[in-house]
Amino acid sequence: MFLRRISSAMLAVLLVGITGIPGAVYAEQGNDDGLLPVIPAGRGDACVEETGFMRRNHMELLKHQRDETMLKGVRSKQHSLKECLDCHAVFGPDATPVTVASPQHFCRSCHDYAAVSIDCFQCHASRPEPGELPGDHRMGSLFSSTPAVNGPE
Amino acid sequence: MIMSIESKDRKINDTPGFDPARRSFLSAMAAAAGVTLAPGVILYGISKSTAVGAKAADAEVSSAVRWGMLIDLGRCDSGCDDCVNACSKENGLRGFGRPETDAQWIRKVEITNPQTGNSKSLPVMCQHCENPPCVDVCPTGASFKRADGIVLVNKHTCIGCRYCMMACPYKARSFVHETLEDQKPHAPRGKGTVESCTLCVHRIDDNRQPACVEACADTGGGAMLFGDLNDLDSEISKRVATYASQQIRADLGLNPGVRYRNL
Repeated sequence: MFLRRISSAMLAVLLVGITGIPGAVYAEQGNDDGLLPVIPAGRGDACVEETGFMRRNHMELLKHQRDETMLKGVRSKQHSLKECLDCHAVFGPDATPVTVASPQHFCRSCHDYAAVSIDCFQCHASRPEPGELPGDHRMGSLFSSTPAVNGPE
Repeated sequence: MIMSIESKDRKINDTPGFDPARRSFLSAMAAAAGVTLAPGVILYGISKSTAVGAKAADAEVSSAVRWGMLIDLGRCDSGCDDCVNACSKENGLRGFGRPETDAQWIRKVEITNPQTGNSKSLPVMCQHCENPPCVDVCPTGASFKRADGIVLVNKHTCIGCRYCMMACPYKARSFVHETLEDQKPHAPRGKGTVESCTLCVHRIDDNRQPACVEACADTGGGAMLFGDLNDLDSEISKRVATYASQQIRADLGLNPGVRYRNL
């Protein structure tokens, strides 16, 4: 028993070493002890890029898109913060999307765990507008009408 | 004549269940067919500028366009502040009960000629100068002019020094003094940065008119006309060519994009 524990721990360390994405390993292992982040599932079948790529590079995509939009008026939705927040909205008890003030917020769930503070929401809205909730015209059939369920991605 | 065009445009945009995807499809179809079928591009895209007015979402803005506004003060009632309210609503501007420092992107100014007593009421916002002094003085390059003539603040690089506020002869800019919450997704704004009228850049990029112009046509006097000053066939170009119009403080040589009639 003890040996098995050791070996699984070693395997986890090894995996972390190889992949460099502890979050992925943790999320797949389950989260019974409450020490690991609970990452709310997004809406739709898949993210705009592969999940592992997004984990490592979302900040670069957002930064690039931010300059394109701000300076050149490019409003493509693929990598826009607004679209991220639309798909990854987490619904509170009152059935409205939570803001970043809530630890359940999609961005916060990981950033709290990783101890990386973000400035985005000092200016940007951290949730979709009430009029632009899922089921609205914006993303059409991509959205289901059921609220997001918290759980491993 | 322009009224009918504006009301047509507005009606389509305000239809319940209005679907932007469908509209962009229609816009594309209209551009291809060369007819004025496309809702939302009619006002500033009657002829050759149809393609310009109907900017695709992933396209960059172009200097072929110069957005401008013509405000007919003969139709601007001194008691009416629909444009101001529409701006606040659209961009999520909320006051903190401190008029000296509360953000104000557009305001109504009353001017009176002391000799004759004749008075006018005019909406004043960022005049979107061709040679903006706020851009000249900005130490970080945060204050900038977009290719299509819209003057903006890049809040990612704004350090809140407020030089631009001093430099602006129109008092068009505000500084955000308070921590803000629940901003509009299309209008990010936050404490420690300077802001001003964006000419509703998110709407323009979506081939719509600024909120103040829409409100003025809806419930106000229909005094505001928005369009492309570079397109000689646009309604605004025809109007400024036909009727006398003035820029505020034209003597400064800044060539604002906002012009006034009957001033």
